[in-house]
Amino acid sequence: MRNKRFAVLVLVVVLALALSATFVGAQDAKVIKIASQTPLSGPQSALGSSMSNGVALAVEQLSGPLTELGYKVEYVPFDDQATPDVGVANAQNLVNDPAILAVVGHLNSGVAIPSSEVYNANNLVMISPANTNPRVTGRGFTTVNRVCGRDDLQGPTGARFVNELGAKSVYVLHDTTSYGQGVAEFFQKEAENLGITVLGYEGTTETANFEGVIQPILALAPEAIYFGGIYSQTGIFINQARAAGYTGYFVGPDGFDSSEFAQLAGEAGVNTYYTSVAGPATIYPDAAKFIEDYKAKFGEDPQPFAAQSYDSAAIALNAIYTAAVLAGDVPSRAAVASVVRATKGYKGLTGTVTFDAYGDNEVGLYYVLQVGSADPAAWGSNTLLKTLEIPSPYKALLDSGS
Amino acid sequence: MVSTRATTDRTITEWLYRYVLFPIGQMLVFIVGAGVVVMVLAYLLAFLFPEPRPNIVLVDQINRQLPGMLIAGVSLGFVYAMIALGYTLVYGVLKFINFAHSEIFMFGSVIGYEVMRRISDAGAIQSWSPPLLIIVVVSVSMVCAGLLAVLIERVAYRPLRGAPRLVPLISAIGVSLLLTDAVRAIEAITRNEFNLTYPTNDLAWLKTPLPLAFGETTVNVRITSIIIIIGAVLMLVAMNYFVNGTKLGRGIRAVSQDMTTASLMGINVNFMISLTFFVGGSFGGAAGSLFGMNVGTVTPYVGFTPGIKAFTAAVLGGIGNVTGALLGGLALGMIESFLNGILVYFPALGQRYTDIFSFSVLILILIFRPSGLLGERVDEKV
Repeated sequence: MRNKRFAVLVLVVVLALALSATFVGAQDAKVIKIASQTPLSGPQSALGSSMSNGVALAVEQLSGPLTELGYKVEYVPFDDQATPDVGVANAQNLVNDPAILAVVGHLNSGVAIPSSEVYNANNLVMISPANTNPRVTGRGFTTVNRVCGRDDLQGPTGARFVNELGAKSVYVLHDTTSYGQGVAEFFQKEAENLGITVLGYEGTTETANFEGVIQPILALAPEAIYFGGIYSQTGIFINQARAAGYTGYFVGPDGFDSSEFAQLAGEAGVNTYYTSVAGPATIYPDAAKFIEDYKAKFGEDPQPFAAQSYDSAAIALNAIYTAAVLAGDVPSRAAVASVVRATKGYKGLTGTVTFDAYGDNEVGLYYVLQVGSADPAAWGSNTLLKTLEIPSPYKALLDSGS
Repeated sequence: MVSTRATTDRTITEWLYRYVLFPIGQMLVFIVGAGVVVMVLAYLLAFLFPEPRPNIVLVDQINRQLPGMLIAGVSLGFVYAMIALGYTLVYGVLKFINFAHSEIFMFGSVIGYEVMRRISDAGAIQSWSPPLLIIVVVSVSMVCAGLLAVLIERVAYRPLRGAPRLVPLISAIGVSLLLTDAVRAIEAITRNEFNLTYPTNDLAWLKTPLPLAFGETTVNVRITSIIIIIGAVLMLVAMNYFVNGTKLGRGIRAVSQDMTTASLMGINVNFMISLTFFVGGSFGGAAGSLFGMNVGTVTPYVGFTPGIKAFTAAVLGGIGNVTGALLGGLALGMIESFLNGILVYFPALGQRYTDIFSFSVLILILIFRPSGLLGERVDEKV
């Protein structure tokens, strides 16, 4: 009697273990996840949500090869709230999910820099569609790559453009973040090299009432203002500056690049200029289908960086596929990272991507655009004034050496 | 509502002096006083550091910016003063800091946006005359914000009336968080965004600055600054009359002096407290919509900074003291405006140090006058 009971118990335990093992095994073997980290809430969510949508679309359309190998590809969006602390906390959470093999993100360099420390410690590859601060790739991490350009090339592009406009004096503002202050400093250096007088250099965290910032600018009467910051701040600023009687040029980096800028700035934003590392999706010849699909799925136009996010996710998916074929199993994170870094001549929507030894795109595209209308719906048709191809610093060094 | 005997006793000129000329004169004295003190300090700084940065002569810069800084200081000061009134009135009556008041200010700015947006959506914003538009927007936000303040008092503070003073303080912080997120949720659901941009971008009369000549320099003054100043002066005069010249105002003053005795004299204490919240809240709401028109875009988080500054202004002037709130607001606005205008010329400092310097001034003043510039008047706290 006693033996029989014991035998039943053993049988049940063994069965349960076997069952759970198959379930766990099935989940672990089959699911591959791609994560994104962008601001999905808060004032910068217009860009962040659109970036997340771009990744979602890429995962939906391009996971075919991996599905054929027998994997299920899932997409997990994270909300970094454009805040470094939140980005790092999310990073620590997501590295603990072994199914996550790649991260697409972030929007803000100030968030990407600390978060990527966590990814790098866990060999998790990050492909950035939008982070332009030089330090993002400048730390020599093998896991950190970006498809977009750099601020040490974007800022000077802005300065050269201001010079071409004929402005002799400029007032430089920034938002005190890694991104805004970084690009403003590069702008300032190049402007001084070009002989433009820099009348002031000021950081502000103000988000609503810029009256105090504007007063000294009006007194110094610069011919141009350069504001290294994001549209949620710069749009409001220019609106108030024009109402206070500022009539000079207004120039900024790709942080201006959102239809929200037109919404916030209104008529005051018309004829302002911005440089960008990401042209509007409409200027890319291969992106027509992307725009169509995006509109069909999300019911609105893609914001800037959505196409870059799509490309980033596509590169990640390609690399995971290659690594999975090589490994014959779910690849290790380190293997995925090294395949991503080896990407050469990938033809994406937004141009050809070849990563250099630091994870920068060998030849970056830089654009100068002019805001054409106060109507946010017309943001996609801002005038493209210039397109510049500039090699990454590492590539330039190689070229000059050879 | 002045009692009949009082009107017969006083001539109309006395009435005018008491309720119109005196408060306006007081404001003028405060503005000139704060302006002169800050100007002297600014020129003193220019004397000590004649050329803080190469090619920047500080005296010249101050001369050029002076009218602009003064006007900005006055308009900022009036916004602070109007919000500070809400803190100080409630403190006068209930002896606690209503930390939800900054969100009432935010609520007023959002209501102002909603009203203007609706008028704009109906296609009528261009055809309305400017004064009518402003009066409608400001009065709707006044009423709504006032009612919200009354509701908050009824729901969150009245049940805690007998409790220790820290308890309603915690309740106030809770209400503040709740309001921020409630407004954010409602705007996110109904408008799918919470950067709420006032539809004033097409209003040429509001967006075209008014050039005013001060000697050699011409200063472009923003129309919204002028609207804030005129609006605030009118409302502060009305408020002075209400508190000092009407029976209801006398009731509020009585409650603030001694709640129990006031109720023994037949004053409905609960009604007077609600009324205090209504008046304070409606001033917060008016400040909110004027601020919103001035800055162009508001969010559910816009109340925090002005709220904390206005609270500072109330303490600076002497909390519980209505005149003190006015003086504190104007002084703080003026100090901030001048620091903003001057700190940019100092290398390694810059405008982000403005708040550090303004709060250092506050600490200094409080060391020498612990109960604020005008003191916490014990005889007449409202």
